Amino acid sequence: MVMTPEVLTLSETPWLFTGVMLVKIAVAFVVTILIVAYATYAERKIIGRMQTRMGPTMTGPKGLLQPIADGLKLFFKEDIIPSQSHWFAFILAPMMILAPAFISISVIPFGGDLEFSYEGILYAVPMQIADLNIGVLFIVAMAGLGVYGIVLAGLASNSKYALLGGIRSTAQMISYELAVGLSIVAIFMLSETLSLRGIVAAQQLPLWGMESFSFIPNWYIFCQPLAFGLFVIGSMAEINRTPFDLPEAETELVSGFCTEYSAMKYALFFMAEYANMITVSAIATTLFLGGWGGPFYGWINFLLKVFSFMFFFIWIRATFPRLRYDQLMFLGWKIMLPLALANIVITGISILIWL
Amino acid sequence: MFKEFAKGLSITLKHLLPGNTTTVQYPKQKLQMSPRFRGLHRLVPTPDREKCVACYLCPTVCPAKCITVVAAENEKGEKYPEVFEIDMLRCIFCGYCVEACPMEAIEMTDAYELANYSREDFHFDKVRLLKQ
Repeated sequence: MVMTPEVLTLSETPWLFTGVMLVKIAVAFVVTILIVAYATYAERKIIGRMQTRMGPTMTGPKGLLQPIADGLKLFFKEDIIPSQSHWFAFILAPMMILAPAFISISVIPFGGDLEFSYEGILYAVPMQIADLNIGVLFIVAMAGLGVYGIVLAGLASNSKYALLGGIRSTAQMISYELAVGLSIVAIFMLSETLSLRGIVAAQQLPLWGMESFSFIPNWYIFCQPLAFGLFVIGSMAEINRTPFDLPEAETELVSGFCTEYSAMKYALFFMAEYANMITVSAIATTLFLGGWGGPFYGWINFLLKVFSFMFFFIWIRATFPRLRYDQLMFLGWKIMLPLALANIVITGISILIWL
Repeated sequence: MFKEFAKGLSITLKHLLPGNTTTVQYPKQKLQMSPRFRGLHRLVPTPDREKCVACYLCPTVCPAKCITVVAAENEKGEKYPEVFEIDMLRCIFCGYCVEACPMEAIEMTDAYELANYSREDFHFDKVRLLKQ
């Protein structure tokens, strides 16, 4: 006998719902923190290898304990707050940059439904912390919030380098946020939903509704390759990765917006950078690569795709030099924005004709 | 433009393959020094004494003035250095002393790990210079 699973709700089963929710939050948070820690290791190792160096080798076998050693070191270091800085904003800034990066994870579906029975009733738990019906909008909003942390850090430090980093970050975010936002618009024109869960579900149908090619899923990368490219490049700029790491360009600005930070506050900036990288990879996976759909079991597919995105970002960092500031603006406003707009128009026309 | 991007990416990807690192894990793994390497000095011994005849050519030629020689005569009537001291904190490892020496009594070894704890440890006297 096949039972249709019941969906857990707060009103029907409050305790079970709360428990499951807390477990989901804890698991997602811990896994993200772990990935953040070992993303630093992976980055150093991969970039090292690509530049014919070795990366960390000494701490633990193959240097595997390096992230923990780094964390401990930064935790016990002296925490300096510059006397001329605005101390409240100075303390607030690292939190403001880290929190949005982690919050975005909460709306991303990382697997199919998990079914379990409790007191004879079969329940289905979606592997997603919250299924917001405005999920994409929420993510875009949180990505926009992240820039406040950087700007605040630049302003509060009362240092010229930090200020320049903050200003650069603002300009960069505004130019790229637009292109990224517009490239996503094309996606939900096709999916007709803003819920990330709905978008993943739409991508598990056969490609372009052709039943004969049902082995190829309808991932949006196939019908929106331009949007995919724009999204990946734009999000690289949004999370300040090389070649768009102008806010912390160490050759020009010492360390940019986090010049004056030390100890755990600096570590928060560092974590935020990697958490952002995970978030962006997860969003790109969900929007363009069919989320958790694929040959393996749900979340394994998802993690594989996220890791390949992160590898790609690291690969790019090992290869390309930083863009000049005017080149960055040129790319953002004169190439990516018109392309994104054109993509929307073409998508709209195609939908009118074929759907 | 995209061709160049792909080229750059392929180069870094090729380097990622194992066996491409050029790093020498220094304290664990050391490179073979060239025979002409100019490291720590050494006074060449003969079976009963040092080869040096205290001719004062090396302190004369030394641009850093780091060599101190005091000549003396032994019971056989041969000239020998009573004191032969090199101040390694002043030495610039130019190798002029080796070049100037008519007896080939001083040479340079491949020892380059010369860090030490006190200034006195950098004064290499005759005994220490003969020992290596």
